[in-house]
Amino acid sequence: MKASGKAHKYGDHVDTDAIVAARYLSMTDPIELAAHCMQDIDEEFVERVEPGDVIVAGENFGCGSSREHAPIAIKAAGVSAVIAASFARIFYRNALNIGLPIIESPEAAAAINAGDEVTVDSDAGTIVDHTTGEEFTFRPLTGIAAELVEAGGLVPMVREKLGTT
Amino acid sequence: MTITQKLLARAAGRDEVRPGEFVTCRLDMVLGNDVTAPIAIDEFRRMRAERVFDPAKVALVCDHGTPNRNIDAATQTKKVREFAREMGIPNYWEADQGGIEHIILPDKGLVIPGDVVIGADSHTCTYGALGAFATGVGSTDAAAGMATGECWFRVPKAIEVIYSGTLRPWVSGKDLILRLIGEIGVAGARYRSLEFRGQVIDALPMAGRFTMCNMAIEAGAKNGIIAPDQTTLAWVAGRSDREPVALASDADAQYARTVQIDCDDLEPQVAFPHLPENTRGISEVGEVPIEQAVIGACTNGRLEDLRQAAKVLEGRHVADGVRCIIIPGSHQIHLEATREGLVELFLEAGCLVSTPTCGPCLGMHMGVLAEGERAIATTNRNFVGRMGHPGSEVYLASPAVAAASAVAGRIAGPQDV
Ligand code: SF4
Repeated sequence: MKASGKAHKYGDHVDTDAIVAARYLSMTDPIELAAHCMQDIDEEFVERVEPGDVIVAGENFGCGSSREHAPIAIKAAGVSAVIAASFARIFYRNALNIGLPIIESPEAAAAINAGDEVTVDSDAGTIVDHTTGEEFTFRPLTGIAAELVEAGGLVPMVREKLGTT
Repeated sequence: MTITQKLLARAAGRDEVRPGEFVTCRLDMVLGNDVTAPIAIDEFRRMRAERVFDPAKVALVCDHGTPNRNIDAATQTKKVREFAREMGIPNYWEADQGGIEHIILPDKGLVIPGDVVIGADSHTCTYGALGAFATGVGSTDAAAGMATGECWFRVPKAIEVIYSGTLRPWVSGKDLILRLIGEIGVAGARYRSLEFRGQVIDALPMAGRFTMCNMAIEAGAKNGIIAPDQTTLAWVAGRSDREPVALASDADAQYARTVQIDCDDLEPQVAFPHLPENTRGISEVGEVPIEQAVIGACTNGRLEDLRQAAKVLEGRHVADGVRCIIIPGSHQIHLEATREGLVELFLEAGCLVSTPTCGPCLGMHMGVLAEGERAIATTNRNFVGRMGHPGSEVYLASPAVAAASAVAGRIAGPQDV
């Protein structure tokens, strides 16, 4: 996966209520959910975001509830990857399962500024900040996590197992 | 190995597992609710699965927006109900059989010591109180669990938390876990098990243990766990036909960290907005007026919690201008609370008693806050906008503190009213 776009920057502990507030949880349509993405902490996000953009955040991104609405909304908003210093574990699993690229890189998360032009190349394991000229490398996934990305998410993987491909 | 590692090894059919390794485990229970199951059902269809691996090992609980708060919520509940019927899932309940998922699953004996459980709800970690491995996942993982009866995990290291000393009056499981989160932070146990032990835990009744394990996720933990003892086994007895498997950590188990908490001087805790780690002792709270108090949720909606609240509210009245909303965690608890006279006591004291629901806990309905409003709640999260408007505030505390605050009209301890 290689994608480029502007960075939208947030702090530590961005929780899933901030990503999609509970009042929208009676919806499941990705496009409807995307219209409320980040609303409670960044009202203009939905207007600013463009396809390919990346979210850059601090520690523990996606903490809180298990709602898959959160990564679904981010993906449907056009975000190509989330770069964070660290992720909450349920969000991490959910993102892998639905095919939202997520990159753990404390260095990149600290250095990239809001609005910087960024290119993420997950095969090469690099992040380039074109605005500052900085480049970062990150460790590729291993084990079942890598297999999941390879398979294109959990749905194709389960089909394989069930013989329903 | 730690108890969590042993549980995972057992469910993976292995003698031993090591931290960091990936294992695939067979599941004893897969849970979904009215918010997460509709997506799980869609994903289940996309997997082209025809039936669930074992209908008796799936539970679908509609509790978040029920009784249905609007047409969208009613549609979701209907979808879950129809799926349960189609798949022959017995663990779907309406009305008088129902309640909040993490309260009714243990109460109905559907999770017992030794089980490995996933739930499409982050507070699935509650069942660690029974000595089960239980963790929250998303809807797609739950769908895969329903289809295959399996789930992959990365074997976690554990943090052991040793609670020593004797609890002072009015100090409860809620205060023990809030104190810990205040100490290690909301990411302090990320990817780790939180293993609770020590003389305070030995003496703690099941209700308090459930509350503690419930909030393991608020420290970022994968699971919270307490090794089963006589208290656990006595509580489980008669609830299930299955044989409990009581495991314990080895004496030489390795821990990533040990946290010691001396409870002799521990006072009731309050977590300030907007993170559960912003804890203070009740004596350091200062003047915080409130408009609402909520007593309930999977954290503190058990009969014992209602009894604590009743002890404080007995013969007193909620302050003018305060809405004190009491939500029994299940219909059964509501009935027992009524039989014990608690419901009448609450009504006399000026409280509102609601039908079981998650409701205000996640700002869905039955007590949503306006901009600038402040609530004290026995729930588990106080994130921005959690109970309503992004400009509202939630303070987390025990039932005793929430009840005392309702009486005082500001955050107060039971000893101050
Ligand atoms: S009571 Fe609150 S925390 Fe518990 S399951 Fe319901 S919404 Fe989640």
